[in-house]
Amino acid sequence: MLTIKDLKASVEEKQILNGLNFEVKPGEVHAIMGPNGSGKSTLASVLAGREEYEVTGGEVMFNGEDLLEMSPEDRARAGVFLAFQYPVEIPGVSNANFLKTAVNEVRKSKGLEVLDSKQFLKIMQEKMKLVEMDKAMTQRSVNEGFSGGEKKRNEIFQMAMLEPSLAILDETDSGLDIDALRIVANGVNALRDGKRSFIVITHYQRLLDYIVPDFVHVLYKGRIVKSGTKDLALELEEKGYDWIKEEVDATLNA
Amino acid sequence: MSDDLKLLDDVANSEYKWGFVSNIESDNAPKGLNEDIVRFISAKKNEPEWLLEYRLKAFRHWQTMTEPVWPNVTYPKVDFQDIIYYSAPKPKVQLDSLDDLDPEIKATFDKLGISLEEQKRLANVAVDAVIDSVSVKTTFREALLEKGIIFSSFSEAVHEHPELIKKYLGSVVPYTDNFYAALNAAVFSDGSFCYIPKGVRCPMELSTYFRINSAGTGQFERTLIIADEGSYVSYLEGCTAPMRDENQLHAAVVEIVSHAEAQVKYSTVQNWYPGDKNGKGGIFNFVTKRGICLGNKSKISWTQVETGSAVTWKYPSVILKGDNSVGEFYSVAVTNNMQQADTGTKMIHIGKNTSSTIISKGISGGRSHNSYRGLVKINKSADNARNFSQCDSLLLGDQCGAHTFPYLEVSNKSAMVEHEATTSKVGEDQIFYCNQRGISTEDAVGLIVNGYCKEVFNQLPMEFAVEAQKLLAISLEGSVG
Repeated sequence: MLTIKDLKASVEEKQILNGLNFEVKPGEVHAIMGPNGSGKSTLASVLAGREEYEVTGGEVMFNGEDLLEMSPEDRARAGVFLAFQYPVEIPGVSNANFLKTAVNEVRKSKGLEVLDSKQFLKIMQEKMKLVEMDKAMTQRSVNEGFSGGEKKRNEIFQMAMLEPSLAILDETDSGLDIDALRIVANGVNALRDGKRSFIVITHYQRLLDYIVPDFVHVLYKGRIVKSGTKDLALELEEKGYDWIKEEVDATLNA
Repeated sequence: MSDDLKLLDDVANSEYKWGFVSNIESDNAPKGLNEDIVRFISAKKNEPEWLLEYRLKAFRHWQTMTEPVWPNVTYPKVDFQDIIYYSAPKPKVQLDSLDDLDPEIKATFDKLGISLEEQKRLANVAVDAVIDSVSVKTTFREALLEKGIIFSSFSEAVHEHPELIKKYLGSVVPYTDNFYAALNAAVFSDGSFCYIPKGVRCPMELSTYFRINSAGTGQFERTLIIADEGSYVSYLEGCTAPMRDENQLHAAVVEIVSHAEAQVKYSTVQNWYPGDKNGKGGIFNFVTKRGICLGNKSKISWTQVETGSAVTWKYPSVILKGDNSVGEFYSVAVTNNMQQADTGTKMIHIGKNTSSTIISKGISGGRSHNSYRGLVKINKSADNARNFSQCDSLLLGDQCGAHTFPYLEVSNKSAMVEHEATTSKVGEDQIFYCNQRGISTEDAVGLIVNGYCKEVFNQLPMEFAVEAQKLLAISLEGSVG
């Protein structure tokens, strides 16, 4: 589904990704961990197409298409969803209205009929249950005045509505208390259907107790330097990143 | 709300779609302005002597005045001798039914989406349609008359209700008020007149639709609305003009009189031709609009959505004379490309316990300039007056300008005046967030700006709010580089 080859990217002329290789198959859940500044969020931003990030080399194929050639909205319409680390506020635009616009844009790009208000409302009510969201939240302006937990829940709610084939969760667990974490994770798990793939970017093993990944990768200095299973995350929690850093730095210096 | 997407879709890639010229034969006055032209207009309209006298007094006064230069706008000087002051669609027959209406005129209004055919109407709106200098058709007159409501063209009202015109014409905006008000008083052509009797709630929206069609003409309409004690009316005004390379002058006067416990809600969607991308052509919109709350507990509310015109100069105001009266001003002013707007309001507090609210949202894109200019004046007599003002500016690029000129004159210590102002830019972050959900940049800007204007759009009647959202999206096309 997603194949990343030798991806290099920089932001403000600073090289962050240094030849990253990575593959995601349908239905897989990949966790990406790594110390601060290793390039985790850069990877998410590059995949979503944020303008400030310049791709300086490599390729990213998504379902046979060159993802890097596509505009951010076309990537979204093709099924790439990014749950933002810092969801943006849009005053005066209700959550419901925003989502209806988004959902219908995605539908149009697939040649599907746009949903009328009634159909949309019905789907929305079903999906709201996934993240234990109350109705009032759909009428509030997008993320405006939302607590940290509400914002993250809203991201997962949007994901449920947009039904992407690849969802990237950028530190969705940051700033969440244990209850919010459980709600968010339950939402994600409910959307695991064997076909939808996930890239879960996180600092903490804790999230992976709830969203159990198929693979865990360690990102360091813009490359994936170690891959494993859920056990790798546990090992990292116990031992920290220093042993990996040492290993990598030794190879680089050799 | 849920229609946002559809609306934005409708308008994708469209230009000023009201820019067509209708092939209507017209009967014009010769170019230029002098006493003979004033007499010509008055004679064309078969006016009584007192009205001609009024016009002449105004004209003589106008000659002593100079154009105001204080607005924050620049434009080539208007040559007042190069304008046609009267243009009427020909042949002008007395219309008994819609069938008598020139098919071209009917087609023009159909094209504009304004149905003059009562039976086909969807919305509960009575329309007075004005092309160039004359009112061509007023719908629903009979139905309204049953309730005692007078809704007609200004010219007809002069003949049918001279006592009301005599009493109220110039009572809110005297011809001495300002340069363009004086000019209007001298050469005003037509416009709408409306009277709501005591205790009557007008059962439908009243609306005037103005259309400039002929080349080289100025439009000087005059509107007078009188709401007698305890009455209510909601009034709508819309306007468009063909795309022409030269600038055309529009200098209207609107007067509103609201008696005790009466309420007048006046909504405008101003969409005169704004000129092309390089600032060629477009309407000069120099308008004086003012209402007076004469009696106790009366209320006047202005809502305007300003998207058109090359240059706008307009301050819908309320004089709060009656005790406990309320004035409101809700405004969205959009400028794009080379447009300039200097708009705002004046709230003059005279009565006790009067209160006013000002919500202004300025949006600038392209190389445009958008100024808010507002005066809140609390007279000595206005005990416990209250004002709340909020002036927000939104910038859509880095070559446009937003300016705020709030004036406060408080002469009574018990007054409470609050002013809030913000300036913001549509954030890259907001646009990217929308993009990431599958929404294109153009649509994202429309969505964000509509959200920004929500407080004002909420004040508009439903039909108008939909129209306003569409307009906004069109006006903003290409505004973000």
